[in-house]
Amino acid sequence: MSSAVATGSPLPIQVGAMAGRSIVRLIRQPAAVIPSVIFPLFLLAVNTGGLNTATDIPGFPTDSYITFALGFTFIQAAIFSTMNAGQALAQDIENGFFSRLVLTPMRPSALMAGQLTGLVLLGQMQALLYLAVGFATGANFSAGIGGILVLFVLVSIISVGFGGIGLIMALRTGSGEAVQGMFPLMFVLLFFSSMALPRDLIEQDWFRFLATINPVSYLIEAIRSLMVTGWDGEALALGFGIAIALAVASIAIAAFTLRGRMLKS
Amino acid sequence: MVRGLVRQFKNGPRAVDGIDLEVAPGEIYGFLGPNGAGKSTTVHMLTTLLPPTDGTATVAGFDVATEGPKVRQVIGAALQEAALDPHLTGSEHMRLQTALHGLPHDQRKKRGAELIERVGLTEAADRRVGGYSGGMKRRLDLALALVHNPSVLFLDEPTTGLDPQSRSALWDEVTRLSREDGVTVFLTTQYLEEADQLAHRVGIIDDGKIAAEGTPAELKAEIGRASVVVCPHDGSRREEAARLLDSFGERIDDGTGAIEVRLNGDSEGLVGVVRAFDSAGIELSSLVLNEPTLDDVFLAKTGRHLEGAADGEIEAEGEAPIEETTAVGAGARSS
Repeated sequence: MSSAVATGSPLPIQVGAMAGRSIVRLIRQPAAVIPSVIFPLFLLAVNTGGLNTATDIPGFPTDSYITFALGFTFIQAAIFSTMNAGQALAQDIENGFFSRLVLTPMRPSALMAGQLTGLVLLGQMQALLYLAVGFATGANFSAGIGGILVLFVLVSIISVGFGGIGLIMALRTGSGEAVQGMFPLMFVLLFFSSMALPRDLIEQDWFRFLATINPVSYLIEAIRSLMVTGWDGEALALGFGIAIALAVASIAIAAFTLRGRMLKS
Repeated sequence: MVRGLVRQFKNGPRAVDGIDLEVAPGEIYGFLGPNGAGKSTTVHMLTTLLPPTDGTATVAGFDVATEGPKVRQVIGAALQEAALDPHLTGSEHMRLQTALHGLPHDQRKKRGAELIERVGLTEAADRRVGGYSGGMKRRLDLALALVHNPSVLFLDEPTTGLDPQSRSALWDEVTRLSREDGVTVFLTTQYLEEADQLAHRVGIIDDGKIAAEGTPAELKAEIGRASVVVCPHDGSRREEAARLLDSFGERIDDGTGAIEVRLNGDSEGLVGVVRAFDSAGIELSSLVLNEPTLDDVFLAKTGRHLEGAADGEIEAEGEAPIEETTAVGAGARSS
């Protein structure tokens, strides 16, 4: 028998181990990942086909609807990441693997960072794919290479923010079905936003009001600004501000919930 | 050491109702009881996965309620459902577990391979766990629980659903861990044979309370002596055989017409019975010695047989606990 010592490993090793697992799981579950990658593209195609003439509306910021609509695709993918992160953790809770992790000296932060690593990686892959599709179909990217880098950073933060919501749901309910049940609610947030039209061109007052108070609108508009406008400081500040606030809040609440569940005494 | 340990579930019964236990270092303690008796709930409390409602419990000297991290450092646990990720291979499980437990990098692979080999999974080590049989999952679960050389091992119904061969292999390993490595084993089971063969001492739990405790031999001796059943080859000598057998103890009438006596404590036992029938020239077509079993102990202590004792009982673990609305992990599915 080896003289193994069980004192718990440093945080980076724990994060690395959990992140490695998260990525392996991701790679080995293409059936779970592919729909979350493909579905936003379908919706993009539908929206672009149906609303292409919206570019004729006076005041519409671009004459390329695909350029306008592409930003929404990244946000929709991030919403899917909520489900992926939540369901992965809920599955661990349901099959008892979470209990096994709790019985190790693993730190709660390692569990969360590990779960979110795969998510961020998926978000990056999705961003790459959507950019490629966008460019192939004639979309512009006014902010250039620097804007693309900013886009990847913003997408990562948004993925972490929505992923954190998924973790909270999983930790509170311990049920994959409950996490899935949140999906329609997230879609409501998406649809009552400025996803299809700029807010100032929405005719219905109530819809414009909802889109204005809906934080998702500002996330979409930050990404959209990089494509349509170039460098729009206000849109980026609002987008990054909301994304960071969402990520900090959701991760903080998830960490609090996780600590309670792990019963660290 | 456990004193007055209680687990109360919201809108439900006391799954564990004030139990006292003491397990010696290196001992295999069998916690025997039917489904719903409180076995798994006890294990969840002792492994820090579920806080007690009342009472105290220390494991290896650490309080489960206030020194959770220290308890977790010295225990290993294989819970009722093998807690594995179906998407990872056996080797990947070992790598993750050794990394989280802080084994030095150069020891992780060696320790993982060593344990995988010990539980007989070397050939399947690089296959995904989703394709493992129930027995293979149980064995991997045990290997994972041993990664950090725990001094106390909790096994929650480790052989439920296993084929006889896998069960026997697991028994051998548990016995070896206790005998050679000095590991204290707390093992829950609903199998009489398992408790009888493996455990140095047995605690019988029913409805959340300890009904009896002692070595298997002590428990059996407590409830009675062995009985002998004979059947003469020649039916006409039945009365004669019955009179002869009566001299070895008191007659048991179970309504089946069998000639059975409970042997006196000072009788010569089975050997004396055989000699007496041989001397009397009564040929027997069968002679059966019935030793008391742990099921007899369970019957004597609870008024029911162990098999089927859980019928109609409430699965308390499905309820939400009073202190919190959620419990860790999969929860105690049945205990």
